[in-house]
Amino acid sequence: MGAVMGTFSSLQTKQRRPSKDKIEDELEMTMVCHRPEGLEQLEAQTNFTKRELQVLYRGFKNECPSGVVNEETFKQIYAQFFPHGDASMYAHYLFHAFDITQTGSVKFEDFVTALSILLRGTVHEKLRWTFNLYDINKDGYINKEEMMDIVKAIYDMMGKYTYPVLKEDTPRQHVDVFFQKMDKNKDGIVTLDEFLESCQEDDNIMRSLQLFQNVM
Amino acid sequence: MAAGVATWLPFARAAAVGWLPLAQQPLPPAPGVKASRGDEVLVVNVSGRRFETWKNTLDRYPDTLLGSSEKEFFYDADSGEYFFDRDPDMFRHVLNFYRTGRLHCPRQECIQAFDEELAFYGLVPELVGDCCLEEYRDRKKENAERLAEDEEAEQAGDGPALPAGSSLRQRLWRAFENPHTSTAALVFYYVTGFFIAVSVIANVVETIPCRGPARRPPREQPCGDRFPLAFFCMDTACVLIFTGEYLLRLFAAPSRCRFLRSVMSLIDVVAILPYYIGLFVPKNEDVSGAFVTLRVFRVFRIFKFSRHSQGLRILGYTLKSCASELGFLLFSLTMAIIIFATVMFYAEKGTNKTNFTSIPAAFWYTIVTMTTLGYGDMVPSTIAGKIFGSICSLSGVLVIALPVPVIVSNFSRIYHQNQRADKRRAQQKVRLARIRLAKSGTTNAFLQYKQNGGLEDSSSGEEQALCVRNRSAFEQQHHHLLHCLEKTTCHEFTDELTFSEALGAVSLGGRTSRSTSVSSQAVGPGSLLSSCCPRRAKRRAIRLANSTASVSRGSMQELDTLAGLRRSPAPQSRSSLNAKPHDSLDLNCDSRDFVAAIISIPTPPANTPDESQPSSPGGGGGASSTLRNSSLGTPCLLPETVKISSL
Repeated sequence: MGAVMGTFSSLQTKQRRPSKDKIEDELEMTMVCHRPEGLEQLEAQTNFTKRELQVLYRGFKNECPSGVVNEETFKQIYAQFFPHGDASMYAHYLFHAFDITQTGSVKFEDFVTALSILLRGTVHEKLRWTFNLYDINKDGYINKEEMMDIVKAIYDMMGKYTYPVLKEDTPRQHVDVFFQKMDKNKDGIVTLDEFLESCQEDDNIMRSLQLFQNVM
Repeated sequence: MAAGVATWLPFARAAAVGWLPLAQQPLPPAPGVKASRGDEVLVVNVSGRRFETWKNTLDRYPDTLLGSSEKEFFYDADSGEYFFDRDPDMFRHVLNFYRTGRLHCPRQECIQAFDEELAFYGLVPELVGDCCLEEYRDRKKENAERLAEDEEAEQAGDGPALPAGSSLRQRLWRAFENPHTSTAALVFYYVTGFFIAVSVIANVVETIPCRGPARRPPREQPCGDRFPLAFFCMDTACVLIFTGEYLLRLFAAPSRCRFLRSVMSLIDVVAILPYYIGLFVPKNEDVSGAFVTLRVFRVFRIFKFSRHSQGLRILGYTLKSCASELGFLLFSLTMAIIIFATVMFYAEKGTNKTNFTSIPAAFWYTIVTMTTLGYGDMVPSTIAGKIFGSICSLSGVLVIALPVPVIVSNFSRIYHQNQRADKRRAQQKVRLARIRLAKSGTTNAFLQYKQNGGLEDSSSGEEQALCVRNRSAFEQQHHHLLHCLEKTTCHEFTDELTFSEALGAVSLGGRTSRSTSVSSQAVGPGSLLSSCCPRRAKRRAIRLANSTASVSRGSMQELDTLAGLRRSPAPQSRSSLNAKPHDSLDLNCDSRDFVAAIISIPTPPANTPDESQPSSPGGGGGASSTLRNSSLGTPCLLPETVKISSL
């Protein structure tokens, strides 16, 4: 009788173990670690100094110890700056503009490269980056639907309590104004050249491009 | 390679002298090692506590933060040390790993915090040494289970947040699953419960003998036969309600196949089926026996109560999870019964007029004795039989008493887990509400800043309120960011009060005569529009007059749902709860880009690189937003035309 009970208890524990291990395996496989290239290399590739890169990395590492940002974390971080509204759609488009290789995660190098363009790049580079942001499907053209998505995402960040009260067709009007200005040949899509040309003609845009030089 | 191997490398290389005579080809030249400053002492400053170690020690594990070039990102050239803004107590364990090759788990620290430190320093949790591995795994699993419970509770108790556009099906299902969400659901819940009780009681009362009509001799009949019509009506009513409920559930279920296979639906079917079978079975003698058996299944209706009682569900779940213990109990009992029945049979074989006629007949005696019931309808008479009978009863106590505590402890654990989950769910709502309240400080800071005339021209600096001037750099830049967004969209942030006033004004304007509404709109909110977006103001004023209140309310609802998606603070993202402006440290980084989100919180002021930060509040930001700003809303950027009227 005792032998039977002994075998039974051991059988039970063996049955239980495999399911426990499965959970553990899952837990451990989520630890993806990525280490960035050396400081010197990054300094050469970007327009930042070593100190600036250090500051950037420390912050990056604090938020994402694994070395990569995934879209969820990105959205959460970005949403904290816009507590009034919903920044998730705009963060989504931003994320895909940062994630050049479309791997679904942004490494420190991608992050720093994009920042280097945005903060220290030439006007041409900045405008091209913005074009890339607007071009959601990355086909080289901006059409009205893509622009509508982007503009809607921006208006979403305003939230509910705005003054004056937000109307349903405000984004559409906004997009129409934009296309009126940017689409030179009125074919319904904006190409990179049209975009660059129109932006360079506009003094306001040129002036405000210089506004954000001194972020660091 | 293991920790100490590197130390033995010079020895191994020296021992290569033994190969020289045998080598048939010239050996390759030795690698030119730079002036090896191998015995260099590195200083690692973790939050003020200085740790000093050899460079070699850290180089032992080149795939970690400290062993690779990643630590150069944390190097402070001024002080010549590596600075980490982390927990010094935990760092001790990390450094010991480099020294000894074994990672130990601190007993008194939270396992989550320890995990985060490991993730930061690039150490994989497998490296935890054998001495601490068991405990580490147990604690981690406990935590993971608790987190999973929390998530389940959040998803399950997602009561009020149902999207507005849900279909009738979805709402029905939600009403069925969480009866507390609406009064109708609650009423339905109680009505079905009542009818289950009525049905069960009717089944029971049906069999009580009532005194028949005055007859000599008075015959006793079960009540069911005496009032067949009444009972039949009651049964029909209950079955109709149960059928209706089942069909409604079937209709509302998101996954019908899964619903059909679930236990509760099977119970429902078994509860109502006998009635329908009884309807269609003709009342002849052959089948009526089977029909009577079917009536037994009506008692299954009592199981329908498990939807109404959580305790019943826990009991059922416990039994399911203790299936192996129960199986063991059954098996060992069977074995013991067979053994003892055989023994008793052969012991009592000799006696005359004995009850132990066969071994199966002795089973009854064994069961009754082992469970200590002792009816006394079968007793041994021989001495041998009595001896074995007593052994039988003693061992019965043991066999039954052993698995029972396991089942009981399982039940207790599951029950307490449920209690805890319920309590936590209740507390979670309060917690989230408090967190939301704290975070609203950030939201209101910008509105307050605007009210205090912060957006006025800075030339009239003397009139600005003190609070406006004394904002930290983070606040300034964050407010600039929000201000840029306002300019992009030509709308302003307001608080709920002003918004509802404006909403009221719009809806009122829509209802009164068109002409007056146009003028009132043009004067009121329209004035802002005309100054802000001159091109579109005229178009918009006309559109305002034409739009009915319902349209605006529709868009409000849309925005409502969008804005209503409040995200709970992320467990990984450290800066979530600390994003209050006055809590953050003073820095030179703008918060517009998520760059600053990341930089702003951890970096201490002393470390900021250049003091060349322009003092104007407008400094810093991501160029991308400005681009959108300007390209989409050109008129909005002209500072002169924007005169924001007082809110």
